[in-house]
Amino acid sequence: MRHLLNPLDFTVEETEQLLNLAKDIEENRSRYAHKCDGKVLATLFYEPSTRTRLSFESSMLHLGGTCLGFSSAGSSSASKGESVADTIRVISCYADICAMRHPKEGAAKVASLHSRIPVINAGDGGHQHPTQTLTDLYTIRSLKGHFDNITIGFCGDLKYGRTVHSLIESLVRYPNVHFILISPPELRVPSYMRDDVLKGFDYEEVTSLEEALPKLDVLYMTRIQRERFFNEEEYERMKDCYILNRSKLQLAPKDCLVLHPLPRVNEISVDVDDDPRAAYFRQVQNGLYVRMALILTLLDLA
Amino acid sequence: MLSISGITNGIVLDHIHAGRAAVVYHMLHLERLDCPIAIIYNARSSKMGKKDIIKLETSEDVLNIDALAFIDDGITIDYIRDGQIVRKQKLTLPKKITGIVKCQNPQCITTIEQGLPDEFVLTDPARRTYRCVYCEQKYHKSFE
Repeated sequence: MRHLLNPLDFTVEETEQLLNLAKDIEENRSRYAHKCDGKVLATLFYEPSTRTRLSFESSMLHLGGTCLGFSSAGSSSASKGESVADTIRVISCYADICAMRHPKEGAAKVASLHSRIPVINAGDGGHQHPTQTLTDLYTIRSLKGHFDNITIGFCGDLKYGRTVHSLIESLVRYPNVHFILISPPELRVPSYMRDDVLKGFDYEEVTSLEEALPKLDVLYMTRIQRERFFNEEEYERMKDCYILNRSKLQLAPKDCLVLHPLPRVNEISVDVDDDPRAAYFRQVQNGLYVRMALILTLLDLA
Repeated sequence: MLSISGITNGIVLDHIHAGRAAVVYHMLHLERLDCPIAIIYNARSSKMGKKDIIKLETSEDVLNIDALAFIDDGITIDYIRDGQIVRKQKLTLPKKITGIVKCQNPQCITTIEQGLPDEFVLTDPARRTYRCVYCEQKYHKSFE
Protein backbone atom coordinates (compact mmCIF):
# COMPACT_ATOMS: atom_id res chain seq x y z
CA MET A 1 0.00 0.00 0.00
CA ARG A 2 1.30 3.45 -0.92
CA HIS A 3 0.72 6.93 0.41
CA LEU A 4 1.49 10.34 -1.06
CA LEU A 5 3.05 12.58 1.58
CA ASN A 6 5.66 14.46 -0.41
CA PRO A 7 5.80 15.09 -4.17
CA LEU A 8 9.19 13.37 -4.24
CA ASP A 9 7.59 10.12 -3.02
CA PHE A 10 7.03 9.47 -6.72
CA THR A 11 10.10 8.92 -8.88
CA VAL A 12 10.41 10.75 -12.19
CA GLU A 13 9.05 7.63 -13.94
CA GLU A 14 6.14 7.25 -11.53
CA THR A 15 5.33 10.94 -11.88
CA GLU A 16 5.38 10.50 -15.65
CA GLN A 17 2.95 7.57 -15.40
CA LEU A 18 0.62 9.55 -13.17
CA LEU A 19 0.65 12.56 -15.50
CA ASN A 20 0.01 10.27 -18.49
CA LEU A 21 -2.98 8.80 -16.69
CA ALA A 22 -4.25 12.32 -15.87
CA LYS A 23 -3.96 13.18 -19.55
CA ASP A 24 -5.94 10.12 -20.56
CA ILE A 25 -8.60 11.04 -18.00
CA GLU A 26 -8.75 14.56 -19.44
CA GLU A 27 -9.25 13.21 -22.94
CA ASN A 28 -11.58 10.29 -22.14
CA ARG A 29 -13.42 11.30 -19.00
CA SER A 30 -16.44 9.08 -19.52
CA ARG A 31 -14.25 5.99 -19.59
CA TYR A 32 -13.35 6.62 -15.96
CA ALA A 33 -16.84 7.42 -14.67
CA HIS A 34 -17.29 4.08 -12.87
CA LYS A 35 -13.72 3.11 -12.03
CA CYS A 36 -14.33 3.74 -8.34
CA ASP A 37 -17.88 2.45 -8.01
CA GLY A 38 -18.38 1.36 -4.42
CA LYS A 39 -15.24 3.10 -3.18
CA VAL A 40 -15.27 5.72 -0.44
CA LEU A 41 -12.95 8.70 -0.07
CA ALA A 42 -12.62 10.26 3.40
CA THR A 43 -11.68 13.94 3.43
CA LEU A 44 -10.20 14.68 6.84
CA PHE A 45 -9.79 18.43 6.95
CA TYR A 46 -8.60 19.66 10.35
CA GLU A 47 -8.50 23.19 8.95
CA PRO A 48 -10.82 24.66 6.38
CA SER A 49 -9.68 24.61 2.77
CA THR A 50 -12.83 24.55 0.77
CA ARG A 51 -11.25 24.52 -2.69
CA THR A 52 -8.84 21.68 -2.00
CA ARG A 53 -11.51 19.62 -0.28
CA LEU A 54 -14.02 20.15 -3.10
CA SER A 55 -11.37 19.23 -5.64
CA PHE A 56 -10.74 15.90 -3.90
CA GLU A 57 -14.45 15.19 -3.46
CA SER A 58 -15.21 16.13 -7.06
CA SER A 59 -12.42 13.82 -8.22
CA MET A 60 -13.87 10.86 -6.35
CA LEU A 61 -17.43 11.64 -7.51
CA HIS A 62 -16.24 11.82 -11.13
CA LEU A 63 -14.78 8.32 -10.68
CA GLY A 64 -18.12 6.93 -9.44
CA GLY A 65 -17.14 6.76 -5.78
CA THR A 66 -18.56 8.52 -2.76
CA CYS A 67 -17.15 10.79 -0.05
CA LEU A 68 -17.43 11.38 3.64
CA GLY A 69 -15.45 13.43 6.10
CA PHE A 70 -15.20 16.63 8.08
CA SER A 71 -14.13 20.11 7.09
CA SER A 72 -12.79 21.61 10.31
CA ALA A 73 -11.19 20.36 13.51
CA GLY A 74 -14.20 21.66 15.45
CA SER A 75 -16.51 19.20 13.74
CA SER A 76 -14.17 16.24 14.26
CA SER A 77 -13.20 14.30 17.35
CA ALA A 78 -9.91 16.26 17.36
CA SER A 79 -11.88 18.83 19.36
CA LYS A 80 -12.29 16.12 22.01
CA GLY A 81 -8.56 15.55 21.99
CA GLU A 82 -8.36 12.49 19.75
CA SER A 83 -4.95 11.87 18.23
CA VAL A 84 -4.31 11.68 14.49
CA ALA A 85 -3.24 8.04 15.00
CA ASP A 86 -6.59 7.08 16.56
CA THR A 87 -8.61 9.05 14.00
CA ILE A 88 -6.98 7.28 11.06
CA ARG A 89 -7.41 3.86 12.68
CA VAL A 90 -11.14 4.57 12.91
CA ILE A 91 -11.44 6.08 9.42
CA SER A 92 -9.62 3.04 7.99
CA CYS A 93 -12.75 1.04 8.90
CA TYR A 94 -15.05 3.39 6.97
CA ALA A 95 -13.20 4.43 3.82
CA ASP A 96 -10.93 3.03 1.11
CA ILE A 97 -8.65 6.06 0.78
CA CYS A 98 -8.28 9.39 2.53
CA ALA A 99 -7.07 12.93 1.92
CA MET A 100 -5.87 14.77 5.01
CA ARG A 101 -5.32 18.49 5.59
CA HIS A 102 -3.85 19.39 8.97
CA PRO A 103 -2.29 22.57 10.35
CA LYS A 104 0.63 20.67 11.92
CA GLU A 105 3.63 19.65 9.84
CA GLY A 106 4.10 15.92 9.51
CA ALA A 107 0.49 15.05 10.46
CA ALA A 108 -0.09 13.04 7.28
CA LYS A 109 3.09 11.09 7.94
CA VAL A 110 1.80 10.14 11.40
CA ALA A 111 -1.51 9.08 9.82
CA SER A 112 0.30 6.93 7.24
CA LEU A 113 2.09 5.01 10.00
CA HIS A 114 -1.20 3.85 11.53
CA SER A 115 -3.43 3.64 8.47
CA ARG A 116 -4.84 0.61 6.69
CA ILE A 117 -5.84 2.78 3.70
CA PRO A 118 -3.74 5.03 1.41
CA VAL A 119 -3.22 8.51 2.84
CA ILE A 120 -2.92 11.55 0.58
CA ASN A 121 -1.37 14.61 2.18
CA ALA A 122 -3.70 17.46 1.21
CA GLY A 123 -1.46 19.99 2.98
CA ASP A 124 0.32 19.76 6.34
CA GLY A 125 0.94 23.30 7.58
CA GLY A 126 3.78 25.01 5.78
CA HIS A 127 5.39 21.68 4.95
CA GLN A 128 4.06 19.90 1.85
CA HIS A 129 1.10 20.02 -0.51
CA PRO A 130 2.01 17.36 -3.07
CA THR A 131 -1.17 17.40 -5.15
CA GLN A 132 -0.60 21.11 -5.85
CA THR A 133 2.90 20.30 -7.08
CA LEU A 134 1.65 17.46 -9.29
CA THR A 135 -0.99 19.82 -10.66
CA ASP A 136 1.67 22.45 -11.41
CA LEU A 137 3.78 19.81 -13.17
CA TYR A 138 0.81 18.58 -15.17
CA THR A 139 -0.08 22.11 -16.26
CA ILE A 140 3.48 22.86 -17.39
CA ARG A 141 3.73 19.56 -19.24
CA SER A 142 0.34 19.78 -20.90
CA LEU A 143 0.89 23.34 -22.12
CA LYS A 144 4.65 23.23 -22.80
CA GLY A 145 4.99 19.55 -23.68
CA HIS A 146 8.10 19.00 -21.57
CA PHE A 147 10.01 20.04 -18.42
CA ASP A 148 13.55 19.98 -19.73
CA ASN A 149 15.19 23.04 -21.28
CA ILE A 150 12.74 25.53 -19.80
CA THR A 151 13.34 28.81 -18.01
CA ILE A 152 10.94 29.19 -15.12
CA GLY A 153 10.60 32.32 -13.00
CA PHE A 154 9.26 32.18 -9.45
CA CYS A 155 8.03 35.55 -8.28
CA GLY A 156 6.94 36.99 -4.94
CA ASP A 157 7.28 35.36 -1.54
CA LEU A 158 9.87 32.66 -2.15
CA LYS A 159 10.75 32.35 1.52
CA TYR A 160 7.51 30.99 2.93
CA GLY A 161 5.85 29.69 -0.23
CA ARG A 162 5.78 25.91 0.12
CA THR A 163 4.35 25.47 -3.38
CA VAL A 164 7.48 27.18 -4.74
CA HIS A 165 9.85 24.95 -2.74
CA SER A 166 8.07 21.75 -3.73
CA LEU A 167 7.93 22.65 -7.40
CA ILE A 168 11.63 23.57 -7.47
CA GLU A 169 12.49 20.27 -5.75
CA SER A 170 10.54 18.40 -8.40
CA LEU A 171 11.92 20.33 -11.37
CA VAL A 172 15.62 19.94 -10.47
CA ARG A 173 15.13 16.28 -11.41
CA TYR A 174 14.83 17.24 -15.10
CA PRO A 175 17.72 18.31 -17.33
CA ASN A 176 18.52 21.93 -18.20
CA VAL A 177 15.87 23.71 -16.19
CA HIS A 178 16.89 27.31 -15.59
CA PHE A 179 15.43 28.98 -12.52
CA ILE A 180 15.02 32.72 -12.12
CA LEU A 181 14.06 33.56 -8.54
CA ILE A 182 12.41 36.97 -8.41
CA SER A 183 11.84 38.38 -4.94
CA PRO A 184 12.75 41.19 -2.55
CA PRO A 185 15.93 40.30 -0.59
CA GLU A 186 13.81 39.75 2.53
CA LEU A 187 11.78 37.02 0.83
CA ARG A 188 14.52 35.05 -0.95
CA VAL A 189 14.30 31.25 -0.92
CA PRO A 190 15.53 29.81 2.41
CA SER A 191 19.21 28.95 2.69
CA TYR A 192 18.51 25.21 2.73
CA MET A 193 16.99 25.56 -0.74
CA ARG A 194 20.15 27.22 -2.04
CA ASP A 195 22.52 24.85 -0.19
CA ASP A 196 20.73 21.52 -0.51
CA VAL A 197 18.38 21.74 -3.48
CA LEU A 198 19.60 24.34 -5.97
CA LYS A 199 23.34 23.94 -5.44
CA GLY A 200 24.96 22.94 -8.72
CA PHE A 201 21.87 23.83 -10.74
CA ASP A 202 21.36 26.72 -13.07
CA TYR A 203 19.65 29.48 -11.09
CA GLU A 204 19.82 33.21 -10.55
CA GLU A 205 18.28 35.47 -7.93
CA VAL A 206 16.97 38.84 -9.09
CA THR A 207 14.71 41.58 -7.75
CA SER A 208 13.19 42.93 -10.95
CA LEU A 209 10.21 41.18 -12.49
CA GLU A 210 10.42 43.40 -15.59
CA GLU A 211 13.98 42.36 -16.35
CA ALA A 212 13.24 38.66 -15.91
CA LEU A 213 9.99 38.57 -17.91
CA PRO A 214 11.46 38.51 -21.46
CA LYS A 215 13.48 35.36 -20.64
CA LEU A 216 10.66 33.25 -19.20
CA ASP A 217 8.90 30.18 -20.57
CA VAL A 218 6.89 29.92 -17.35
CA LEU A 219 6.14 32.51 -14.68
CA TYR A 220 5.00 31.14 -11.32
CA MET A 221 3.43 33.95 -9.30
CA THR A 222 2.86 33.89 -5.55
CA ARG A 223 1.25 36.28 -3.15
CA ILE A 224 3.31 38.62 -0.97
CA GLN A 225 1.66 38.56 2.42
CA ARG A 226 1.47 41.68 4.52
CA GLU A 227 2.06 39.76 7.76
CA ARG A 228 5.55 38.73 6.62
CA PHE A 229 6.84 42.30 6.92
CA PHE A 230 8.08 44.06 10.01
CA ASN A 231 6.87 47.46 8.91
CA GLU A 232 4.05 48.65 6.79
CA GLU A 233 6.25 51.02 4.81
CA GLU A 234 8.43 48.23 3.52
CA TYR A 235 5.40 46.18 2.55
CA GLU A 236 3.89 49.12 0.69
CA ARG A 237 7.17 49.69 -1.13
CA MET A 238 7.48 46.09 -2.21
CA LYS A 239 4.00 44.86 -2.91
CA ASP A 240 3.57 46.80 -6.14
CA CYS A 241 6.89 45.61 -7.62
CA TYR A 242 5.40 42.21 -8.03
CA ILE A 243 2.00 42.92 -9.44
CA LEU A 244 1.58 41.43 -12.85
CA ASN A 245 -0.71 43.46 -15.09
CA ARG A 246 -1.46 43.51 -18.77
CA SER A 247 1.20 46.10 -19.61
CA LYS A 248 3.97 44.25 -17.75
CA LEU A 249 2.95 40.99 -19.38
CA GLN A 250 3.74 42.55 -22.77
CA LEU A 251 7.40 42.08 -21.82
CA ALA A 252 6.97 38.30 -21.66
CA PRO A 253 7.31 36.00 -24.68
CA LYS A 254 4.13 35.18 -26.58
CA ASP A 255 4.14 31.58 -25.36
CA CYS A 256 5.03 32.26 -21.71
CA LEU A 257 2.70 30.57 -19.21
CA VAL A 258 1.50 32.38 -16.10
CA LEU A 259 0.78 30.05 -13.18
CA HIS A 260 -0.43 30.77 -9.65
CA PRO A 261 -1.45 28.30 -6.92
CA LEU A 262 -4.43 30.55 -6.02
CA PRO A 263 -6.04 32.22 -4.21
CA ARG A 264 -4.67 35.38 -5.75
CA VAL A 265 -5.38 38.71 -4.19
CA ASN A 266 -3.96 41.56 -6.24
CA GLU A 267 -0.61 40.18 -7.46
CA ILE A 268 -2.16 39.33 -10.82
CA SER A 269 -4.48 42.05 -12.11
CA VAL A 270 -7.80 40.86 -13.44
CA ASP A 271 -6.91 42.38 -16.82
CA VAL A 272 -4.44 39.50 -17.26
CA ASP A 273 -7.18 36.86 -16.95
CA ASP A 274 -8.20 37.07 -20.61
CA ASP A 275 -4.66 36.81 -21.91
CA PRO A 276 -4.05 33.39 -23.50
CA ARG A 277 -0.89 33.07 -21.39
CA ALA A 278 -2.87 33.12 -18.13
CA ALA A 279 -3.05 29.45 -17.12
CA TYR A 280 -4.05 29.66 -13.47
CA PHE A 281 -7.66 28.70 -13.94
CA ARG A 282 -6.64 25.84 -16.19
CA GLN A 283 -4.44 24.74 -13.28
CA VAL A 284 -7.60 24.32 -11.18
CA GLN A 285 -9.21 22.19 -13.88
CA ASN A 286 -6.02 20.14 -14.17
CA GLY A 287 -6.02 19.61 -10.41
CA LEU A 288 -9.16 17.52 -10.88
CA TYR A 289 -7.55 15.21 -13.45
CA VAL A 290 -4.39 14.84 -11.38
CA ARG A 291 -6.33 13.97 -8.22
CA MET A 292 -8.48 11.48 -10.17
CA ALA A 293 -5.28 9.88 -11.49
CA LEU A 294 -3.80 9.81 -8.01
CA ILE A 295 -6.85 8.16 -6.44
CA LEU A 296 -6.83 5.47 -9.15
CA THR A 297 -3.09 4.91 -8.75
CA LEU A 298 -3.14 4.59 -4.97
CA LEU A 299 -6.18 2.28 -5.09
CA ASP A 300 -4.43 0.11 -7.71
CA LEU A 301 -7.27 0.71 -10.14
CA ALA A 302 -5.22 2.49 -12.81
CA MET B 1 48.11 19.94 37.80
CA LEU B 2 44.77 19.00 39.28
CA SER B 3 44.69 15.35 40.24
CA ILE B 4 41.55 13.26 40.49
CA SER B 5 41.87 9.72 41.70
CA GLY B 6 41.07 6.97 39.23
CA ILE B 7 38.14 4.61 39.48
CA THR B 8 38.42 0.89 39.98
CA ASN B 9 35.30 -0.23 38.17
CA GLY B 10 33.29 2.01 35.93
CA ILE B 11 33.08 4.13 32.80
CA VAL B 12 35.10 7.19 31.79
CA LEU B 13 33.74 9.53 29.15
CA ASP B 14 36.86 11.12 27.77
CA HIS B 15 37.52 13.81 25.14
CA ILE B 16 34.27 15.63 25.78
CA HIS B 17 34.33 18.98 24.02
CA ALA B 18 35.35 21.53 26.70
CA GLY B 19 32.29 23.02 28.35
CA ARG B 20 29.92 20.32 27.17
CA ALA B 21 30.06 17.96 30.18
CA ALA B 22 26.95 19.52 31.69
CA VAL B 23 25.02 18.92 28.45
CA VAL B 24 26.11 15.28 28.47
CA TYR B 25 25.15 14.98 32.16
CA HIS B 26 21.65 16.36 31.62
CA MET B 27 20.83 14.78 28.26
CA LEU B 28 21.95 11.36 29.45
CA HIS B 29 19.96 11.89 32.68
CA LEU B 30 22.97 10.97 34.79
CA GLU B 31 21.26 12.71 37.71
CA ARG B 32 18.99 9.66 37.90
CA LEU B 33 21.94 7.39 38.74
CA ASP B 34 22.90 6.56 42.30
CA CYS B 35 26.60 5.89 41.64
CA PRO B 36 29.43 8.34 42.38
CA ILE B 37 30.07 10.65 39.44
CA ALA B 38 33.02 13.01 38.91
CA ILE B 39 32.87 15.78 36.34
CA ILE B 40 36.10 17.44 35.33
CA TYR B 41 35.97 20.65 33.34
CA ASN B 42 38.85 22.07 31.32
CA ALA B 43 41.25 19.17 31.81
CA ARG B 44 44.43 19.75 29.81
CA SER B 45 44.65 17.68 26.66
CA SER B 46 47.52 17.40 24.21
CA LYS B 47 45.05 16.66 21.41
CA MET B 48 42.27 19.11 22.23
CA GLY B 49 43.91 21.79 24.35
CA LYS B 50 41.04 21.58 26.84
CA LYS B 51 38.52 18.85 27.37
CA ASP B 52 35.89 17.70 29.83
CA ILE B 53 35.80 14.25 31.43
CA ILE B 54 33.01 12.40 33.25
CA LYS B 55 33.80 9.41 35.47
CA LEU B 56 31.06 7.05 36.59
CA GLU B 57 31.75 4.45 39.24
CA THR B 58 29.33 1.76 38.19
CA SER B 59 29.55 -1.71 36.79
CA GLU B 60 26.23 -1.44 35.01
CA ASP B 61 25.53 -0.57 31.41
CA VAL B 62 23.98 2.83 32.06
CA LEU B 63 24.75 4.81 28.89
CA ASN B 64 22.55 5.68 25.95
CA ILE B 65 25.28 5.45 23.32
CA ASP B 66 23.16 7.04 20.56
CA ALA B 67 22.39 10.05 22.73
CA LEU B 68 26.04 10.38 23.64
CA ALA B 69 27.18 10.22 20.02
CA PHE B 70 24.47 12.69 18.98
CA ILE B 71 25.73 15.21 21.56
CA ASP B 72 29.42 14.74 20.76
CA ASP B 73 30.73 11.93 18.57
CA GLY B 74 34.31 12.88 19.47
CA ILE B 75 33.83 11.33 22.94
CA THR B 76 35.76 8.16 23.79
CA ILE B 77 34.30 5.68 26.27
CA ASP B 78 36.79 3.82 28.47
CA TYR B 79 35.46 0.80 30.34
CA ILE B 80 37.45 0.21 33.56
CA ARG B 81 37.71 -3.10 35.39
CA ASP B 82 39.98 -3.57 38.42
CA GLY B 83 41.65 -0.27 37.70
CA GLN B 84 42.53 -1.18 34.11
CA ILE B 85 41.02 0.02 30.83
CA VAL B 86 39.54 -3.16 29.40
CA ARG B 87 37.85 -1.58 26.38
CA LYS B 88 37.87 1.72 24.51
CA GLN B 89 34.87 2.64 22.40
CA LYS B 90 34.83 5.35 19.76
CA LEU B 91 31.50 6.82 18.67
CA THR B 92 29.92 7.35 15.29
CA LEU B 93 26.97 9.60 14.54
CA PRO B 94 23.78 7.54 14.88
CA LYS B 95 21.64 7.26 11.74
CA LYS B 96 18.49 7.72 13.78
CA ILE B 97 17.72 9.00 17.27
CA THR B 98 14.44 8.53 19.09
CA GLY B 99 13.16 10.28 22.19
CA ILE B 100 16.41 12.10 22.96
CA VAL B 101 15.66 15.67 21.89
CA LYS B 102 12.43 17.44 21.02
CA CYS B 103 11.64 18.96 17.63
CA GLN B 104 12.15 22.72 17.77
CA ASN B 105 9.48 23.49 15.19
CA PRO B 106 6.38 24.73 17.05
CA GLN B 107 4.29 23.70 14.03
CA CYS B 108 5.47 20.08 14.16
CA ILE B 109 2.87 17.36 14.78
CA THR B 110 5.07 16.00 17.60
CA THR B 111 4.07 19.04 19.70
CA ILE B 112 0.46 17.86 20.00
CA GLU B 113 0.18 14.16 19.10
CA GLN B 114 -0.04 11.97 22.19
CA GLY B 115 2.45 9.16 22.57
CA LEU B 116 4.50 10.16 19.54
CA PRO B 117 8.23 10.08 20.32
CA ASP B 118 10.44 12.68 18.63
CA GLU B 119 12.55 11.03 15.98
CA PHE B 120 15.38 12.44 13.89
CA VAL B 121 17.39 11.01 11.01
CA LEU B 122 20.89 11.91 9.90
CA THR B 123 20.26 13.37 6.46
CA ASP B 124 23.67 14.87 5.74
CA PRO B 125 26.57 13.19 7.56
CA ALA B 126 29.12 15.65 6.12
CA ARG B 127 27.32 18.60 7.71
CA ARG B 128 26.06 16.48 10.63
CA THR B 129 22.50 17.49 9.83
CA TYR B 130 19.61 15.80 11.61
CA ARG B 131 16.05 16.34 10.46
CA CYS B 132 12.74 15.54 12.16
CA VAL B 133 11.16 12.54 10.42
CA TYR B 134 7.76 14.25 10.57
CA CYS B 135 8.22 17.92 9.67
CA GLU B 136 11.76 17.54 8.21
CA GLN B 137 12.99 20.61 10.08
CA LYS B 138 16.70 20.67 10.84
CA TYR B 139 17.67 20.23 14.48
CA HIS B 140 19.90 23.05 15.69
CA LYS B 141 22.19 21.94 18.48
CA SER B 142 22.21 24.93 20.80
CA PHE B 143 25.24 23.52 22.63
CA GLU B 144 27.54 23.54 19.60
